[in-house]
Amino acid sequence: MADFKEISPNASAGEKLTNWFENRFPTAFYEYKKHMSEYYAPKNFNFWYVFGALAMLVLVIQIVTGIFLVMHYKPDAGLAFASVEYIMRDVPWGWLIRYMHSTGASAFFLVVYLHMFRGLMYGSYRKPRELVWLFGCAIFLVLMAEAFMGYLLPWGQMSFWGAQVIVNLFSAIPFIGPDLALLIRGDFVVGDATLNRFFAFHVIAVPLVLLGLVVAHLLALHDVGSNNPDGIEIKANKGPDGVPVDGIPFHPYYTVHDIFMVSVFLMVFSAIVFFAPEMGGYFLEYNNFIPADPFQTPAHIAPVWYFTPFYSMLRAVTDEMMYVLIACVVLGAAMAVVKGKSSVLLKGVILVGAAALVAMMLSIDAKFWGVVAMGGGVVILFFLPWLDKSPVKSIRYRPNWHKAMLAIFVVNFLVLGYLGILPPSNIGGRVAQLGTLFYFGFFLLMPWWSTIGEPKRVPDRVTFTAH
Amino acid sequence: MSDTPVNNSKRTWIIASGCAGAVGGIAAAVPFVSSMMPSEKAKAAGAAVEADISALKPGEKLTVEWRGKPVWIVRRTPEQLAALPKLDPQLADPLSLRKPEETPDYARNGWRSRKPEVFVVVGICTHLGCSPSDKFMPGPQPSLPDDWQGGFFCPCHGSTFDMAGRVFKNKPAPTNLEVPPHMFLSDSKLLIGEDKKA
Repeated sequence: MADFKEISPNASAGEKLTNWFENRFPTAFYEYKKHMSEYYAPKNFNFWYVFGALAMLVLVIQIVTGIFLVMHYKPDAGLAFASVEYIMRDVPWGWLIRYMHSTGASAFFLVVYLHMFRGLMYGSYRKPRELVWLFGCAIFLVLMAEAFMGYLLPWGQMSFWGAQVIVNLFSAIPFIGPDLALLIRGDFVVGDATLNRFFAFHVIAVPLVLLGLVVAHLLALHDVGSNNPDGIEIKANKGPDGVPVDGIPFHPYYTVHDIFMVSVFLMVFSAIVFFAPEMGGYFLEYNNFIPADPFQTPAHIAPVWYFTPFYSMLRAVTDEMMYVLIACVVLGAAMAVVKGKSSVLLKGVILVGAAALVAMMLSIDAKFWGVVAMGGGVVILFFLPWLDKSPVKSIRYRPNWHKAMLAIFVVNFLVLGYLGILPPSNIGGRVAQLGTLFYFGFFLLMPWWSTIGEPKRVPDRVTFTAH
Repeated sequence: MSDTPVNNSKRTWIIASGCAGAVGGIAAAVPFVSSMMPSEKAKAAGAAVEADISALKPGEKLTVEWRGKPVWIVRRTPEQLAALPKLDPQLADPLSLRKPEETPDYARNGWRSRKPEVFVVVGICTHLGCSPSDKFMPGPQPSLPDDWQGGFFCPCHGSTFDMAGRVFKNKPAPTNLEVPPHMFLSDSKLLIGEDKKA
């Protein structure tokens, strides 16, 4: 506990007030310094470093608009659709609040995807920031749950059938699956019980978890310090005052920087909210303006754009694809045994494990493995800090072909996303299968490919020109 | 670490009370998890339903609700029935052996129904629960093979089924469409959800 500090009776009223609070609530002053005025961030941040702050902004928009929507929304299968239309037509400014919330959902994913790509480019997940990355991946996963459950609430055709498909994914899990799906739905089909519980999760349970994870993400970041486009540890080079020579206080330098980008972001966001809230059917799907009908699946159902890359992976796993995947497992195990440098015991474990996996792949439906691929596509991100074995962090100093690799990864992800929007087709299915193999290959083979090639020399100080 | 010797009896009691607390915590979670299972009301909604098929013409489909799911009744044409046996090599499970409990004994035949022409099936894809669309017209059309003989097409993930609800090979759906328990009360009346005289 800090000692009580007396102040000179001649001090100004403002100083006296500050002193009064500082003696009674020193934590606020200490934390302000730790996270704002004395949090030293690298001075060479570029454009890519605004998306974390923007994600926080969108989170606030979602919470505030969400609270106001709950004042008018009715979580009842008989009333939900009409209550959303009531918000859109009869509640004063209700349309604006609802469009801000629906656009905010897409904006959230856009910003988070760009934020994650930044981490991928500059190696922000590498030691000592593994936990920052893990908390971030958990945020992404929880955000997906939040968006999925929120999408059921308008009780339109896409809400209903999307939930039906995703909840049925769980029933593909051997043994416990059917009961688990029943537990999630609370009924034998998606119905009123499902809507009610998704409402409870969407408005209170998941947001609480999300907020907790955001706090953990930020605290862990501020403990280890921010990475930067050069991937250099600025803490390794401190001045006599103990402050990193390449660091500048977050406030006011980056707060001002972020406020500028916030205004740019809000311009784009407002343009969408006012002029294209449906975004041609990508942000709000047309079929969702039809009330849910449990007897009629729309002619074409696809998830909202931010889920489609993973949805493509789900669709890519067919019976034929299983043989390709089994071949991959056999090949991988053979390579590990013949070329690997591990002990005989470990090689034996690899062989037995691979044999067991192949046996499971042959005996369990492709449907289950599609679900595994979809979930695995997200879960594999958690392992990234331990898959990347490159001697340098930032793409700037990696061999040039690593840049090409990352570019192909991004294009592949976009192609998977595009295919996920389209109705199933033979040629699209083949491309999605190749894309799925590349996606997993990118991560699973990373320990091997990330060490190949000659990295460039990493400078001692960050690259920065004053402007 | 302090130098005081470990008080083993105190430690035992700490472990014991910790375990008792954990058991209590798990026990307290049971009512909460159970509350998420289907309610008594939802379970009671599974009664059998009657359907009148006197107005159903050959090649037409009727949908009735049973346990919240769509149940289709299709009166198949002789051509549609004639096409069924020829499809066996293209099907993933022509004899419905993968999930035998989803095809009652009286539907274990080439046409998967009690009467060859009247086909009763749950209209929910066995992949992820979408409701497939009718594609009764034979011949080439978008998303379907050129030698299409008529059947059902699931818009979600592209599974195709023949006119007996049997799934084609290399499609995401693992098993054939489920045939619900059903019986004829008369030539024009069907009872869906029950197959024994009560």
